Amino acid sequence: MDKMPQWADVVLIPLISLILAAILSALVILGIGEDPVAAVNMMVSGALGSTYGWGYTLYYATNFMFTGLAVAVAFHARLFNIGGEGQAMLGGLGVALVCLYVPWPHWSIALLAACGAAMLFGAIWAAIPAYLQARRGSHIVITTIMFNFIAAALLNYMLVNVMRPVGSMDPASARFAETVHLPTLHELLVPIGINFSKAAPANVSLLVAVLACVVVWALIWRTRLGYEIRAYGHSETGALYAGISPYKITMVAMLISGALAGLMAINNVMGEAERLVLNSTEGAGFIGIAVALMGRSHPFGVFLAAILFGFLYQGGAELALWTNIPRELIVVIQALVILFTGALDNMVRMPLEKIFLALRKGKA
Amino acid sequence: MDFLTIIQVLDSTVRLATPLLLACLAGLFSERAGIFDIGLEGKMLMSAFFSAAVAAVTGSVWLGLLAGIAASLVLAGLHGLASITFRGNQLISGVAINFLAAGMTVLIAQDWFQQGGRTPSLIGGGRFGPIEWPLAESLREFPLIGPVYSELLSGHSILVYVAFLAVPATWWVLFRTRFGLRLRAVGENPAAVDTAGVSVVGLRYAAVAICGVLCGIAGAYLATALQAGFVKDMTAGRGFIALAALIFAKWRPWHAMGACLLFGLLQAIALRFQNIDLGGVVIPVQVMDALPYVLTVVILAGFVGKAIPPRAGGEPYVKER
Amino acid sequence: MEDKTIKAVPAIELKGISKSFGPVQANKNISISVAPGTIHGIIGENGAGKSTLMSILYGFYKADKGEIWIKGKKTEIPDSQAAIAAGIGMVFQHFKLVQNFTVLENIILGAEDGGLLQPSLAKARKTLAELAAEYELNVNPDAVIEEIGVGQQQRVEILKALYRQAEILILDEPTGVLTPAEADQLFRILHRLKDEGKTIILITHKLREIMEATDTVSVMRRGEMTATVKTSETSPEHLAELMVGRKVLLRVDKVPARPGKPILEIENLRVVDEKGVERVKGIDLTVRAGEILGIAGVAGNGQSELLEVLGGMRPGSGAIRLNGRALPLSGPGSDARARRAAHVAHVPEDRQREGLIMEFHAWENVAFGYHHDPAYQSGIFMNNAALRADTDRKIEKFDVRPADGWLAAKNFSGGNQQKIVVAREIERNPDLLLVGQPTRGVDIGAIEFIHKQIVALRDQGKAVLLVSVELEEIFGLADRIAVMFDGHIMGERLPHETDEKELGLLMAGVSGEAA
Repeated sequence: MDKMPQWADVVLIPLISLILAAILSALVILGIGEDPVAAVNMMVSGALGSTYGWGYTLYYATNFMFTGLAVAVAFHARLFNIGGEGQAMLGGLGVALVCLYVPWPHWSIALLAACGAAMLFGAIWAAIPAYLQARRGSHIVITTIMFNFIAAALLNYMLVNVMRPVGSMDPASARFAETVHLPTLHELLVPIGINFSKAAPANVSLLVAVLACVVVWALIWRTRLGYEIRAYGHSETGALYAGISPYKITMVAMLISGALAGLMAINNVMGEAERLVLNSTEGAGFIGIAVALMGRSHPFGVFLAAILFGFLYQGGAELALWTNIPRELIVVIQALVILFTGALDNMVRMPLEKIFLALRKGKA
Repeated sequence: MDFLTIIQVLDSTVRLATPLLLACLAGLFSERAGIFDIGLEGKMLMSAFFSAAVAAVTGSVWLGLLAGIAASLVLAGLHGLASITFRGNQLISGVAINFLAAGMTVLIAQDWFQQGGRTPSLIGGGRFGPIEWPLAESLREFPLIGPVYSELLSGHSILVYVAFLAVPATWWVLFRTRFGLRLRAVGENPAAVDTAGVSVVGLRYAAVAICGVLCGIAGAYLATALQAGFVKDMTAGRGFIALAALIFAKWRPWHAMGACLLFGLLQAIALRFQNIDLGGVVIPVQVMDALPYVLTVVILAGFVGKAIPPRAGGEPYVKER
Repeated sequence: MEDKTIKAVPAIELKGISKSFGPVQANKNISISVAPGTIHGIIGENGAGKSTLMSILYGFYKADKGEIWIKGKKTEIPDSQAAIAAGIGMVFQHFKLVQNFTVLENIILGAEDGGLLQPSLAKARKTLAELAAEYELNVNPDAVIEEIGVGQQQRVEILKALYRQAEILILDEPTGVLTPAEADQLFRILHRLKDEGKTIILITHKLREIMEATDTVSVMRRGEMTATVKTSETSPEHLAELMVGRKVLLRVDKVPARPGKPILEIENLRVVDEKGVERVKGIDLTVRAGEILGIAGVAGNGQSELLEVLGGMRPGSGAIRLNGRALPLSGPGSDARARRAAHVAHVPEDRQREGLIMEFHAWENVAFGYHHDPAYQSGIFMNNAALRADTDRKIEKFDVRPADGWLAAKNFSGGNQQKIVVAREIERNPDLLLVGQPTRGVDIGAIEFIHKQIVALRDQGKAVLLVSVELEEIFGLADRIAVMFDGHIMGERLPHETDEKELGLLMAGVSGEAA
């Protein structure tokens, strides 16, 4: 028998974990001499109180949807892709190359090409660790960590030595052409009569991210490939028995994962910065881990968790701006969420299972 | 390249290898006991901050060192709680600890010192000074031996010598003592240890605690010896390089020293030369930055001998028949 | 000698032990008393609660209720350390040895003298030599565990207990991995230990071992102790009846086989495992239409690998033909999907790790391995509705309980899990059915049902290759028996022309001619 109903597993445990993380965060805020209630109020008004705030919240959420989905897809195959950061960096390189060196007539075609390039570059960066895991048994967690650093060095080299415009001191590429500018939510919503903030960076990539959630959902839960990925994730010997190739699934799941992480670049590189800068990913690849854990590796959960983290990011930026609380508060909250929903899962689960067992006995 | 430059590069190799070596040995204890630890970075960072902060406030580097070790131990305890007591995912716990340290250090630094996430610069007794070996000054002019003795061997802070003495000590503990036998056993087959009437949980917590102490020393070294104070993210991936060195060394103490010296050398060269011109072919500094990671991937890929981690590594121990 | 069993203070006495795991009660009010210097057997089916009971005695689990008395003294055993201190040693079914340690290191682990290793090792070396001489327990103290055989490893386990001066030795299913000859040797050692005054508890599900080795025997059924009797005063039939609670049909009802044309032909098949060890060493076999070929053998003699290579789970070399057509043994077309396409169905040895995905719903498991079947597809998506309808049909036909396709596989009992696997494989109407340990961990009712299904498939003119370590099952089902030892086929026999003794010799590697 299941020890507790499924809704408890899917909703209750993440919720309790989140509450625990929130309580501890509040204590941290208290500890540095600030008022948690005021802080929450400021975060809410800063992130959700205006279309400007929403525009930033959704911009960050877009990043996190991509990286969260990336981690989630790999999780389904029981692969821990910690390399979303590096894959997103490479995605950015792909987007930059496409946007800089091809004269696109219209943003929509450019977006398609950029998506392709971002996915390709991200997938390639995931392919090597995947291959080494599948064929040589190298632990994918370690190799993807190493590939994050290698990606950073590579990007650094490309920006300093290759892509930097002549005369510029900034380790960044040239600005993309005006034709590849992606419409922001302001430009999309004004025609239908909604006056969305002009300054906020949320853009059409958000729609791509939502679409990606739907596609990943269909892939994992409705297709044969998804079935194979999940089966492999649960039991490798089972996969062999059913004629599912571990090599193929490891490769495919990591390619999809890397492609999704890379895809993030259409938002931060093409949609926001409109050029490639150093550290453009800003740790979004790692936040994907928190998002996937929080969202229980389900695309809908990832969608919600991404928006939550988008809110935290924008709210945190507002806090840093107006109070003495540095942005790093968000990193702490992120750490606590990962800790409670990921590593300390059993701490929440075990007492809860006891309660449900007692309840059932009471009824019987 | 003249002899003195070589000596200087080697000298800086030793300095840069020290935090790697301490963290690497820390990871060695933990992973030999079956607890994967990708949170070395976070523990070092936490210790770096608290050692610098306490040293700055009290003016005593020794108190700083103790504070650093204590801070690192707290995170080690958290890792133990998650991965031993609650049998959680050790990798995820490590990731969480790294972020926790990255966030908390800046948060607290800002609260305490209001200097944008750094501590005040350490002066005088707030830092570990160099220890001059006897006759170092008078031997300096002696050809060959002189510079080696007075530059390379003499004149490091005490923590450098601690780190290198920790290597034979680690070897001895692991392979010559009862504790070492049990520690290695619990990383290979915890059930064997359990049925032999020895506490798996106790052994693993002990290993994690040793890991915490060593990471604490590593962090304190960074902030109070190598540099004079804490700055945001000052570990700069050293915890991961240490992890790489650990794999490179295949979880063996003496090899760990070799690997850390190698990676320290790479850092020293990158620091001194930036882009290296090898007769027309320029090796950009980024290649030196990436080399430890690339080497580790190559090792992991099994092209240069296979790295087989302790068998029970990463798996929480659940009692069963 | 049996008479002293009654008078002496019992070496172990369990009084009213109960233990539950969540809703499952594994031990119900169990009491036994074992006299010192005797061999006491505990017999019962899988899941009867034997291992739980012994785990309580060894401090692995804490009993919910009940008392443990050692040598007339009430003793608390909260952990293994307490058990060792009370003079209890345990040899587990799965050995608890550190694979890359030497024999000596394994023996001193947890029983070292002082903080330094060298003195402990020296002392252990000396003691080991004495023990070896006393009990004929010879092992090279410097050998590394992963390089010695299972029989030797078992000796190390026994030596570990003796080194800790155990007076009471518990052995959990000790012969599962041994050849009959090795088992005989083990029993000789046990008798010798008994003569030295040690008390031995032997847990097994094999009646033969109970009859041969024990002085007294307790029978467990569904968590309860149903009887304790003197071995000399009972019979295998009586014990079997006590074990299952009713008269058991040891033979399966079936008409004589009418073998037809060869379906599966195996020629010079070889399998090398991941560690580079050759597990199947050039075997030739034929399975005909309408017959069940049983492969007998002690676990670990290459039967599992044989089944896996035929099922497409691992590569091999040599040749196999199905209906006269060659099937590749490695590379493209040699995986399990290709085998299924060639009408080979496979009920694997380990349903929990191989045959089912325990977290999947029953209906998802019904497609497992056959998820490419066009009937389950609808465009680029899977047709889950069709799959669920198919599942409901199979659940009804094979009487799977509870009849709920939405339940996860892990929530079915062992027998019902196996029924799901058997239903999935047999309903494919394969030309060849591979079956491994079909009734391991399955309750009696489901065993009969599953056996009937296998025989029915045979009667439809299909070929069946059965691998089982249970000789009883082989005798009950097989129309022809091949015995495997060390990767070789030692010989083929017809069930009515052979007996357990002859097969036992073959299983031990003694060839038919020599026997």
